[in-house]
Amino acid sequence: MLWREEFSIHTAEERYVTRRQFGKFLVLTSLGMLAGNLWILARSIWRRKDAVGSQRIARVGEMPVGGVKLFRYPGANDSCLLLRTGEDAYAAYSQKCTHLSCAVYPARDGKRLECPCHEGYFSIEDGRVLQGPPPRPLPRIVLERRDEDVWAVGVDAGGRES
Amino acid sequence: MTPGDRPPNRGLTAIDAAIALIAVLLIVQMWLLTATLEAFLAGHREAALPGAILSLLLFGVCFGLYLFIERLDRSLWHLPR
Repeated sequence: MLWREEFSIHTAEERYVTRRQFGKFLVLTSLGMLAGNLWILARSIWRRKDAVGSQRIARVGEMPVGGVKLFRYPGANDSCLLLRTGEDAYAAYSQKCTHLSCAVYPARDGKRLECPCHEGYFSIEDGRVLQGPPPRPLPRIVLERRDEDVWAVGVDAGGRES
Repeated sequence: MTPGDRPPNRGLTAIDAAIALIAVLLIVQMWLLTATLEAFLAGHREAALPGAILSLLLFGVCFGLYLFIERLDRSLWHLPR
């Protein structure tokens, strides 16, 4: 037919993927994976240089034993929990669940932190996962007592201080 | 036996094998990316450099295999039919 000669597009040939094209696609995917790894490396170097400052978060005795205070550290969007676990004992954790970033809060028993989204539980003592889908402990905020104040001085994301 | 005398089927088998190897390496690279990301999010930043080096190595091997496919494919198409 005349129109077939005029419009010489052959669908079957257009859809045919050669081995070379398929190989190229796989190698480009591999390049994407490499880019991902390089991005992680860049972020890792960037964060190492980015020093976390200290911040006063509460006065000693301001909260009752078992009390909770919300604060933001190290950035304005990083919500954290300060918990008074004893007469002279404090603990602080990031409020962001390590599963899907829902906000955690103290459970009714007062001994655990609960993520309501998927029923994940973390220990109030060290932030380790007690139950549920979270893959990692909660990042712990390193605290320091200076005179009559409690200060946040760093973030310990699973055993590593920054 | 000169390259021109090589039967095309053997060449195609070699290309298929190279593609299969690239696919396996790609799966390893995907696992590596997942593991490095998991370690990074857990605060183990020292895993980022070995992860990136290994990924670069895997990409290098994949790219080498692709060049091999490219060269072999071109030589196969130039065979007298």
